[in-house]
Amino acid sequence: MFSEEKLNKVKEIIARYPAGKQKSALIPLLHLAQEEFGGWLSAETMDYVASLLQIKPIEVYEVATFYSMFNLKPVGKYVFEVCQTGPCMLLGSDNIIDYIKKKLDIGVGETTKDGLFTLKTAECLGACGYAPMMQLGKHFREHLTPEKVDAIIEECRVKAN
Amino acid sequence: MGRKLLFDKAHIEGIRYYDVYRANGGYGSAEKALKSMKPEEVLEEVKKSGLRGRGGAGFPTGMKWSFIAKPEGVPRYLVCNADESEPGTFKDRYLMEFIPHLLIEGLLISSYTLGCNSCYIYIRGEYAWIPDILEQAIAEAKKNGWLGKNIQGTGFDLEIYVQRGAGAYICGEETALIESLEGKRGNPRIKPPFPAVKGLWDCPTVVNNVETLAAVVPILRIGGDEYAKYGIGKSTGTKLISACGNINKPGVYEIEMNISVEEFIYSDEYCGGIANGKRLKACIPGGSSVPILPANLLLKTAKGEQRMMTYEGLADGGFATGTMLGSGGFIVLDEDQCIVRNTLTFARFYHHESCGQCSPCREGTGWMKRVLQNIENGKGKMSDIDLLWDIQRKIEGNTICPLGDAAAWPVAAAIRHFRDEFEWHVLHPEEATKRNFGLAHYADPLEIAAPAAV
Ligand SMILES: Cc1cc2nc3c(=O)[nH]c(=O)nc-3n(C[C@H](O)[C@H](O)[C@H](O)COP(=O)(O)O)c2cc1C
Ligand code: SF4
Repeated sequence: MFSEEKLNKVKEIIARYPAGKQKSALIPLLHLAQEEFGGWLSAETMDYVASLLQIKPIEVYEVATFYSMFNLKPVGKYVFEVCQTGPCMLLGSDNIIDYIKKKLDIGVGETTKDGLFTLKTAECLGACGYAPMMQLGKHFREHLTPEKVDAIIEECRVKAN
Repeated sequence: MGRKLLFDKAHIEGIRYYDVYRANGGYGSAEKALKSMKPEEVLEEVKKSGLRGRGGAGFPTGMKWSFIAKPEGVPRYLVCNADESEPGTFKDRYLMEFIPHLLIEGLLISSYTLGCNSCYIYIRGEYAWIPDILEQAIAEAKKNGWLGKNIQGTGFDLEIYVQRGAGAYICGEETALIESLEGKRGNPRIKPPFPAVKGLWDCPTVVNNVETLAAVVPILRIGGDEYAKYGIGKSTGTKLISACGNINKPGVYEIEMNISVEEFIYSDEYCGGIANGKRLKACIPGGSSVPILPANLLLKTAKGEQRMMTYEGLADGGFATGTMLGSGGFIVLDEDQCIVRNTLTFARFYHHESCGQCSPCREGTGWMKRVLQNIENGKGKMSDIDLLWDIQRKIEGNTICPLGDAAAWPVAAAIRHFRDEFEWHVLHPEEATKRNFGLAHYADPLEIAAPAAV
């Protein structure tokens, strides 16, 4: 359940659309829910969002399964989403992905045993001029090198403690 | 230095904020439009400017605006397409991050012209920090009387809302974007009806790219006729180009559409040449969907003329020997890059991003990806190259939205111009895993059955 503060935010979002068009708030609400409830969307979370918008749960599942930013399974506390499309590939994103795999001892789509890190590959994130890069939470980490990856992992470990 | 219209003030410290933007002439165009011009007069200026959509297709903006239906008592909507997901393209991000008020001012003038009182900016979900910047700019504009009710005492009302997507390239396609904005899966609609008649919530809607809407500001400032004097022929004005790949200075550049491709790549004002002293092999000048060209055809047209950075210049020669300006995502490949591998990443991209409604796109993109994977991994056969050609031909033109074409074209162009490299992969599978083919040998273009739809 959302806090009072978040429920106000929900109201504010719904007010952006004409009366009766509250379904338009679905994607913004799923973002909000994913942030609030552990970085992924469980069936209960989706049902809750459906109830907030007075739409059928299936309408939420349909949407949640379509968009790649919604996680339908639990993920690590820090998700590394490394871009692997053309422009990043040209500047060595494959090596970065391999390096992270070895360093964290996980494959793509897997989470470290301590639940701290998940590695994912992503398709073009719109940072082609600053390649190779990854998304980490709300922000982009650009011009990646093995040394930068090490520093990011360290930074996350420190933050988690 | 090339003349600039969008980034002329981008270097000013603090231009992201209202006070600085305003002090440097910001909202002057909006003031002029709202206080001294009728909507039809603004439309006339935009038509005269020759502005063409900067999202990829290059459709004349003034003409698009004149198509919007105006039934009595039905609201109209302006939607700003900030989905920016075409590989190689990152120009809108720069504009929104650093000069958000330029976009807000453009949205205000455009909404006034179209008679819209609500406007939505649909921004790709991964640009997660930019909505905050935009919302702050919106709040500043509102506080200063440029948004909300009765703007600057003119009686015009406008609200602008920012909506985040959630990771789907297809939501850049205007009808998929509208579906997504309605809280649905991003499945493109069959056209007609066009959004100008039946768009958001079935109301008349105009969807324009961020850069297109920002360009309305300088058009009003200097006038449509003056704007049309920038650039060459039907490529009027300036264009933002996001340059990436193996160049010395990747980044977002505003060019006047009167320079050559060679100048753009090699001059220090722009890309600054190929990185690490390497040689240019190939380039995809308009985002991943447009045909790749080998160096020789990129710098000069088949007629031997300098190729220009304009809609017409890049398209010169059709798909046989030309390409497209597209969204301005300029991807440069040096001599060490592998065309097969590069093409494979794009095939994988389109397969990942297909919404799945049409079988040629859904199945064809996956099939192309698998065949390319085989060739790349040394398991390809000669017949696979013809098979690839055949698959892409069967996708093109047989789908609901242009994503199918966008997936087909890069594969077609790679085979058309670099067939010898594909063959080398098949004939030397061992060697191909260890080293790259090297510089392009320009292969004779294959016959293309259909003329390029530009
Ligand atoms: C698959 C696909 C993806 C697209 N992505 C974008 C995009 O990210 N941004 C954009 O402005 N236009 C994109 N477009 C083009 C839009 O459909 C539409 O033509 C454009 O927003 C119109 O704006 P303009 O006339 O100002 O260019 C895309 C089209 C297709 C088919
Ligand atoms: S062409 Fe592809 S993306 Fe477009 S509607 Fe068909 S399946 Fe969807």
